[in-house]
Amino acid sequence: MASNIAMAGGAAAPRPGSLRRFARARSTIAFLMTLPLILIIGGLVVWPAGYAMHLATMNRRMTAYIGLENFVILLENDTFRMVIFQSCFFAIVAVLLKALIGFWLAHMLHHIPTKGQRKWRGMLLVPWVIPPALSTLGWWWMFEPSYSSINFLVNAVGFPSIPWLGSPWWARISIIIVNVWYGAPFFMIMYLAALKSVPEQLYEAAAIDGASSWQRLFRITLPMMRNIISITVLFSLIVTFANYDIVRVLTNGGPRDLTHVFASYAFQVGVLSGNIPRGAAVSLFMFPLLAVVAFFMLRGINARNKEMA
Amino acid sequence: MIKETAPPGVTTRRATLAGAAAALPLVNVHAQGTAGALRCAFWDHWVPTGNNAMRELCGRWGEQNRVNVTLDFINTTGNQLQLTAAAQSQSRTGHDIISLAPWDVGAYSELLEPVDDVMGRLSTKYGPPNSAAEFLAKHGGRWKAISPPSGSPNKPACVRFDLMKEHAGIDVQAMWPARNERGPGADTWTWETFAQAAEKCQRAGFPFGLPMGQFTDAVDWVGALFASYGAFMTDARGNPTIRGNAKLRQAIEMTVRISRFLPNDVWAWDDASNNRALISGRSALVFNPPSAWAVAKRDAPAVAEKCWTIPMPAGPEGRFLAYLPWNSGIWAFGRNKTAAKALLEFLSERESAEHTTNTSGGYDIPPFATMSDFRVWEREGPPVGTIFNYPNKPHHQATASIAFAPAPPELATQMYIQALNTKVVARIAQGGDSLDTALGWLEREINTMRRG
Repeated sequence: MASNIAMAGGAAAPRPGSLRRFARARSTIAFLMTLPLILIIGGLVVWPAGYAMHLATMNRRMTAYIGLENFVILLENDTFRMVIFQSCFFAIVAVLLKALIGFWLAHMLHHIPTKGQRKWRGMLLVPWVIPPALSTLGWWWMFEPSYSSINFLVNAVGFPSIPWLGSPWWARISIIIVNVWYGAPFFMIMYLAALKSVPEQLYEAAAIDGASSWQRLFRITLPMMRNIISITVLFSLIVTFANYDIVRVLTNGGPRDLTHVFASYAFQVGVLSGNIPRGAAVSLFMFPLLAVVAFFMLRGINARNKEMA
Repeated sequence: MIKETAPPGVTTRRATLAGAAAALPLVNVHAQGTAGALRCAFWDHWVPTGNNAMRELCGRWGEQNRVNVTLDFINTTGNQLQLTAAAQSQSRTGHDIISLAPWDVGAYSELLEPVDDVMGRLSTKYGPPNSAAEFLAKHGGRWKAISPPSGSPNKPACVRFDLMKEHAGIDVQAMWPARNERGPGADTWTWETFAQAAEKCQRAGFPFGLPMGQFTDAVDWVGALFASYGAFMTDARGNPTIRGNAKLRQAIEMTVRISRFLPNDVWAWDDASNNRALISGRSALVFNPPSAWAVAKRDAPAVAEKCWTIPMPAGPEGRFLAYLPWNSGIWAFGRNKTAAKALLEFLSERESAEHTTNTSGGYDIPPFATMSDFRVWEREGPPVGTIFNYPNKPHHQATASIAFAPAPPELATQMYIQALNTKVVARIAQGGDSLDTALGWLEREINTMRRG
């Protein structure tokens, strides 16, 4: 027995070179190099998300487990159902507009000679570079109820003042305008990169075949950009759904809660009103929605990648 | 020795939305002491000189008592102070003393050290504090916070007396003179008179600047109006008292009526919008502390010298005055609770309170009725006496109020933050709902808040 153990131990003992080989293995080095990031994500994303899930199952005083009761209460509430509608309306409309405007800008830029393109690209990226809380403050001054500079211009051309932030639909439109202004440059730069990667020979072949510009757009450009469009839309949808600062600065959710989105409503219910579990439930509500959307979009991208491979 | 370790932060009322660059002013008061250290998080005052009084007083107290006092003035831009309290309550660590938003004393009452002994001594010397302060700071029969005056305002009417006299025929200076007496017509200063004046001034192009959104100025004035009609949405246990509540219907109808004579964008106004309405000369009346007048004195002196502060109108159940105290609580997990109690008691003494109020240009209101006679309110001008009636004086026959009382704090804080009183009015006046539909919505919202 003793000799077996000794033999087993002897067989298992690494030879002097194996540890070195293990340390040199590409997978080990890759793991070690990504470990700080994994720890950061674990500490700042996974743990808080897990804690939020735990909180969402607690009662208001956080003294008892109530299961999914917070979600049931929310779904039965008029205001929260309105928040779901607004969040979806805001995210879908804003992402669509950002995608369209971004694509149009990218297309325009793509046809500017390379020498002049750089300065236009820089200027168009400015809204995306400014911290959104700061730029939204600028927009707030332009929409401000009493001294709106936009209304000053509107009045100058003979139209009455628009209650940008005081009327429900104008307030929703104002929030979307600011979000599109801020986010369109991101789409533009992504689409511009994608446009530059489309082989020029495809367009030349299409031109020889007599394809119109619409046909070139729908048969060459868009199919070649499908993956980047999907990823950009998915990324933007997630970010837009989670938007907080624009609503907070512009309307604080008003008038009558008609501009609240998940994040702003979660903050109001959870932190300001002192009902942290309910706030956690609000903030988690978008998670399954986005997970489903992300699953289908990423599956489509994978399928296309396999086809191309 | 007082040492500034950070530049002063945004402190004016108008700078609320400049919060992206909010700073955290911090002061260390070093004493030759062995009585330990004390960390305090105080509300960063709107009035630019407002923090100076706290620095001086805490410095003096620290030297006398050999305690090293660290002061953090945390502003409410982006709700930083509320977030600080929420974070410290979760982590059970942080400051010893913390300024709490009015309803947060109730929300954190189980984590706050009782201060019955301090309030007992103060009440013996200065009489009982006003009913709103007691309602907000006393929980389960025990005082859980103290309201030193710094940052605690009343919200009476700041009136353009010239416009009011010209367009509504009301001489507010004669009605509420800068003396401890009522003038002719003071008894007629009711919400009915107010609504008529609102209509006349609106027709003249100077509508009253009353916010109807979700910020505190809006919730507070509507709350005082409701209280003056005896209109309460819940009882003290939190049960909705909406069905068959004639007083509530009457109060809502009056608020809807007044709202029709306001600018059409008041539904989006924040706490600075009413100030701007007054300062720009476009409005004949706002409900606000003297900060609006003080800014007008600096930016629009011609407007400021025509302002006169008077009590809020009365309703069928009496006159109520919106009062928004920033209470100071001592965390039960604090490290130096004895010193914390001693400092808060010192800050609440009459001499300290008067110093604080003087330094803030009269903005700060102590919770004790016996402290409504500080000279600063008589002296300030122009016009001299303009804020004489800013504190709640005995001849006003008014009661300090806070919106959504007498609901229990965990419910009331939700109702207050989510501005149920202005929203129910907005659903009718802006959204076109019937009164019954809006009341049905209100009851459902309250029941949702009570669940879980």
